[in-house]
Amino acid sequence: MTDLFSKFDGLIEQRRALLSTGVTDPFNLVMEKVISPTVAICNGRETILLGTYNYMGMTFDPDVIAAGKQALDEFGSGTTGSRVLNGTYAGHRAVEDALKEFYGMDHAMVFSTGYQANLGIISTMAGKGDYIVLDIDSHASIWDGCKMGDAEVVPFKHNDIEAMEKRLKRIPEGAGKLVVLEGVYSMLGDIAPLKDMIAVAKAHGAMVLVDEAHSMGFIGPNGRGVAEDQGVLDQVDFVIGTFSKSVGTVGGFCVSNHPKFEILRLVCRPYVFTASLPPSVVHTASTSIRKLMHAADKRAHLWENSKTLHAGLIQRGFKLGTETPQSAIISVIMPDLERGAMMWEALLHEGLYVNLARPPATPAGMTLLRCSLCAAHSADQVQTIIGMFERAGKAVGII
Amino acid sequence: MDRAATAARIAELIEPFNKKGVAISDATTFAGDLEWDSLTVMDFVAAIEDEFDIIISMNQQAEIETYGQLIDAVTKLQG
Repeated sequence: MTDLFSKFDGLIEQRRALLSTGVTDPFNLVMEKVISPTVAICNGRETILLGTYNYMGMTFDPDVIAAGKQALDEFGSGTTGSRVLNGTYAGHRAVEDALKEFYGMDHAMVFSTGYQANLGIISTMAGKGDYIVLDIDSHASIWDGCKMGDAEVVPFKHNDIEAMEKRLKRIPEGAGKLVVLEGVYSMLGDIAPLKDMIAVAKAHGAMVLVDEAHSMGFIGPNGRGVAEDQGVLDQVDFVIGTFSKSVGTVGGFCVSNHPKFEILRLVCRPYVFTASLPPSVVHTASTSIRKLMHAADKRAHLWENSKTLHAGLIQRGFKLGTETPQSAIISVIMPDLERGAMMWEALLHEGLYVNLARPPATPAGMTLLRCSLCAAHSADQVQTIIGMFERAGKAVGII
Repeated sequence: MDRAATAARIAELIEPFNKKGVAISDATTFAGDLEWDSLTVMDFVAAIEDEFDIIISMNQQAEIETYGQLIDAVTKLQG
């Protein structure tokens, strides 16, 4: 009998070798207590959180929590049903209304996770004979959406407008085309030149989907994302987003101005064949989204944090994923997985949590320590973080 | 372009990607013999696509495991 697990032997051996060095397992950390959006207790130690995507610090907002508690009391703990059967409550409609207002768009469709939003929209929109043209560094949920559908999948080099255009030109005449881009790419924290890319996509008759998961609430004058910041939001056919980052809970969505958009509720399988979000989640989400409409001060402070950390780490000799701070993600490039894991552990001992990211999630086989800043980090916390990096970096021999 | 001419062009294109100097025949596999990672595959596919002005979608790439299959596919895709 062939052991179906044998395909994982390489990964099992890599983990064994890493853990045999005595390093703490970076993929098995438990947050024992969460004190605020920026502080938790890990291994009994107070730890600054710098790897949560909780960009706007909404998870402990008193209004958000109150809305969730009230919904638990009034609507119960869960819907036990699909959005198209018994799973659409007043709160699901209310959060879709909040999204329409937030983005200034005609339609909004809420999924149970951001992963399912990409999976559902991409696999449903691009069918047999259609072409999906996408950035090679796209998120796993985008790739899985491509794999689940029947379209021809054509990747191009990261953020390379010319490579994208060449591929669009070669698509047979008459075929449907969907260009899939992200506002912020979460591994290196770099942004896409959406203005130019969308102009090229439209010139070749393609529809455009932009995943703004890592920009919502923060980038753009109204926090609508990179497309808004570059003045091209009205050119985007589908914006994909999530509630699990700036919004501070869980869930995913797609907003669109397409007049036929609502039909997707009947044909999109990851929307239909799963239970809808619990009432407490959709009530916390809509309260948070409405507060994010008026969060210009927090956005300005988050930019300050991002700039300060980026400059501080560069000055201390770290190699970063971007030359300039482009988002709330600052990615520190590690020489290899082993020293990445050692640095991650050294930071944890300092009292700092960051994400360790390694292939295949990362581009070009890189090991990264990914830092995501929060509007609730104080200026003092950011200075403390820079000091922790400096000590840990010297201890591990990276700087 | 016929299969022989296509094969000659591809032989030139693959050279800078064949860093280990593996002797290449129609039976050579990209993942096994050449040990290419996904980024190398993307760059090589892009070079082929640009040279022949074709698209080799991911769906088609999944069917191409050997050098000989690649030459057949490119010959066919040029129509």
